Amino acid sequence: MDIDVSVRESRFLPSADLQNLLDVLTEAGYECIGPRVRDGAIVYEPVTRAAELPYGITDSQGPGEYRLRADAGGRCFAWANGPQALKPLLFAPQESLWMVSRDAQGRLAFIPAQTLARPIAVLGVRACDLAALRLQDAHFRDGPRPDPAYGARRDALFLIAVHCTHPAATCFCVSTGDGPHADSGYDLALSEIDEGFLVEAGSVAGGVILRRLPTVEATTRQRETAAGEIEAGARAQQRALPGTDLRDTLFERLEHPRWEEVAQRCLSCTNCTSVCPTCFCYSEHDAPRLDGGESAHYRQWDSCFTIGHSYIHGGAVRGGTRERYRQWLTHKLGGWHDQYGRSGCVGCGRCITWCPVGIDITEETRAICAD
Amino acid sequence: MRTEPWSNPHLPQEAEIVERIDESDRVFTLKLRFTDSTQHDAYRFAPGQFNMLYLYGVGEVPISIVSDPEHDELLDHTIRRVGRVTDGIAALKTGDRLGVRGPYGRGWPLRELEGKDVLIVTGGLGCAPSVSVIQYMMRRRARFGTVTILQGVKHYHDLLWRARYEEWAHTPRTRVMFSADTGGPLWPWHVGPVTGLFEHIDLEPGSTLALLCGPEGMMAATVRALRGLGLADSAIWLSLERSMHCAVGQCGHCQLGGKFVCKDGPVFAYSDIAPLFSEKGL
Amino acid sequence: MDAKPLPKSDDGPVTGRPTVAVHKFTSCDGCQLAFLNLGDDLLTLAGLVDIRHFAEAGMVDPEAQVDIAFVEGSITTPDEYERIRRIRASSRFLVALGACATAGGLQALRNLNGLTQEWMAGIYATPAYIRTLETSTAISTHVKVDLELWGCPVNGRQVLGAVRALLFGVLPEREHDKVCLECKRERAVCVMVARGIPCMGPVTLSGCGALCPRFGRDCYACYGPAENANTAALGRRLAGLGLPPEAAAHRFHFINNGAPAFLEAGRRAAEGGFDDG
Repeated sequence: MDIDVSVRESRFLPSADLQNLLDVLTEAGYECIGPRVRDGAIVYEPVTRAAELPYGITDSQGPGEYRLRADAGGRCFAWANGPQALKPLLFAPQESLWMVSRDAQGRLAFIPAQTLARPIAVLGVRACDLAALRLQDAHFRDGPRPDPAYGARRDALFLIAVHCTHPAATCFCVSTGDGPHADSGYDLALSEIDEGFLVEAGSVAGGVILRRLPTVEATTRQRETAAGEIEAGARAQQRALPGTDLRDTLFERLEHPRWEEVAQRCLSCTNCTSVCPTCFCYSEHDAPRLDGGESAHYRQWDSCFTIGHSYIHGGAVRGGTRERYRQWLTHKLGGWHDQYGRSGCVGCGRCITWCPVGIDITEETRAICAD
Repeated sequence: MRTEPWSNPHLPQEAEIVERIDESDRVFTLKLRFTDSTQHDAYRFAPGQFNMLYLYGVGEVPISIVSDPEHDELLDHTIRRVGRVTDGIAALKTGDRLGVRGPYGRGWPLRELEGKDVLIVTGGLGCAPSVSVIQYMMRRRARFGTVTILQGVKHYHDLLWRARYEEWAHTPRTRVMFSADTGGPLWPWHVGPVTGLFEHIDLEPGSTLALLCGPEGMMAATVRALRGLGLADSAIWLSLERSMHCAVGQCGHCQLGGKFVCKDGPVFAYSDIAPLFSEKGL
Repeated sequence: MDAKPLPKSDDGPVTGRPTVAVHKFTSCDGCQLAFLNLGDDLLTLAGLVDIRHFAEAGMVDPEAQVDIAFVEGSITTPDEYERIRRIRASSRFLVALGACATAGGLQALRNLNGLTQEWMAGIYATPAYIRTLETSTAISTHVKVDLELWGCPVNGRQVLGAVRALLFGVLPEREHDKVCLECKRERAVCVMVARGIPCMGPVTLSGCGALCPRFGRDCYACYGPAENANTAALGRRLAGLGLPPEAAAHRFHFINNGAPAFLEAGRRAAEGGFDDG
């Protein structure tokens, strides 16, 4: 990790003025979503006051374990990602695709769902999630048949990144090349240092907001401090994938005994795919009104760990956990290269932390890809 | 920011059942017309593509289009009753309405077929995706070399469309042969797997393309046999079956390795899927 | 929860305004309340179907011939043993409703140790007045069941979804996900990972909307075992979280103790069989 602090123009926003950022965004018409503590985790929810941010809170994470504790001094971004960030804001966990009504003559009228996309500003987005967003964009927005709901919400999104200085023990974004420094894809990026924030604009919209903030020019020392913290965070990462393109290796090892071994431990519970910021699978269902006059056709998050995911008449293609785990890993680290030109893993480590039995993607991958 | 609204790729259009034909006790054909005539006239498809049919209040299923893209006025779908949606569709009658969206996927390689000998190997009711391409060739017979149709079924009861096969068999330079895993007193043809018919045909490997559809195990055995006869991997084409759910390459259900079968297929050259095809549980 | 085809092949599809009965066997009535708590939907439902028997709601005709019979409760007495057979004979489509009807319910705990007589003697002043079977069993143990709706209690959304599907002439869509997937869709924070609370979500069938985890509680598996439930892996995790074998066994041997996957897992947990990891 080598951050050239000299070329980045950054402004300094004192800690006490963070509320101004929320106010300016609100005045610009955005609803602010940011990190907050709820039910023992950092979650992304509406914030209106800076005081609602997780000041003094940090986390410790390990396979199957996540805990918060209060010893981060006066900082509010001194933590690694919680269970979710951007994905549910864009790829809704459940939403209607269209409605259909049937009249007395049996005629059907189909009505597309209208997505009410309010402008949303998300504060505190990490580099791994920006990388994941690029992949979700490629999947839902940039293909020949873009998804209207995703597209409308994506258009209305304003992103305020925070360079990550507190990677968890489960993080490995350095090895995937996706962090901890947010290189692009944001409107504003913040670096948190003891006395406040360095602010960089990454888009025209970001520049407009930045000019409305009470900032001063950042000093060289402040820039060096910020860059040093990000570099220290990168060096602190304990986990790594054994390569960035494991496609051929994985598809050559479909009969590796490790698949069966991990299936003994795996709950097939779908937590890994649900917290993964790039997993995109969904299922579609109908919810007819009781009187039968109308039906809503909706989708909801699905997972390659369910039996419904691979169901064709007569049964599931992937009946057992061995096949389902293999599908997940070979897709995430293999199939994505064919589909979107890179691995589908951004090194956020959520699948390790939020697996109830602590299965570690880096460990499984190393075991399968070892000679 | 975009200024035009996002269009909805998930939205079906209303279609009416113009005619219903019962092919057997579990198989039926619906001839459909979009109720919006502009929509109907604008609709184009290629042999091997499929539509998503929507049963009101219940759900969608992917069904191959079996009519001729240029000669037929209606969209024919041959459907087997295999679950809750197809059971429900089976109860519909002429005049009833369905939702239809499509066509989806890549069909058979029509351009590559021109001037070539064509071998079609199908298994059971999986033959529906091939009907459209066979009809297409029969109606444009001069543009293709010899056409050999090998149709395998599990049980002799399962053979549909005898009249249609009969008609094809009487078309010049066209041969039709059958096999059944289980024969019977009225079954004059081959008993055994469909690959058993290969000893009765002559193939010119350099100028033949093979089109396969049916159960994956049957297609895998056929691929082995064809490669043994000297056909190149790129000369063998297969129509795959996976869980086609959204049909637009988004929901992830139909993946085979890095392919979305719904949009990269369902028809693939064997050379494009060779290492992963028929890998169990993939 | 194997769904069987609709009552079409026998006597043709359900058409017009089908007749319905709601029968009660050994149970707490909670699943019948899933009907009574429907509010306006209950009025709509009453317009769509002709309810002939539903004692809790005041309609009493237990011998009525009906198109759809909903059956709540388990079979625990000689009388019930006979009555369920009569109901089967008088209904075209039989839906077993809730954990008692589909797995024997909490009361199936008595199947585990053969102590029914001792328990009766310990609890009731005059056990001689009690006529009961040695076991509590699911409806499907006795008669053909066309559809099972799991849960303790079942929820109104699923009951209405089933009725609507049957009126459309199809089977209801079967839910097969695990509670964890619903929990994540609801954006609840995992109580097991974030707070170390033993939770049954990873082996439990969805349908409840992850009600308990959304309120910070662990799932207690009231919807029964999901497909492909790795009870051994969860059992090892529960042990790792410090749950003693007896307590882990109770997690499996609870409301759905009669469901085979939980029955076996509870026995193994009780023997300390999950303590190895």
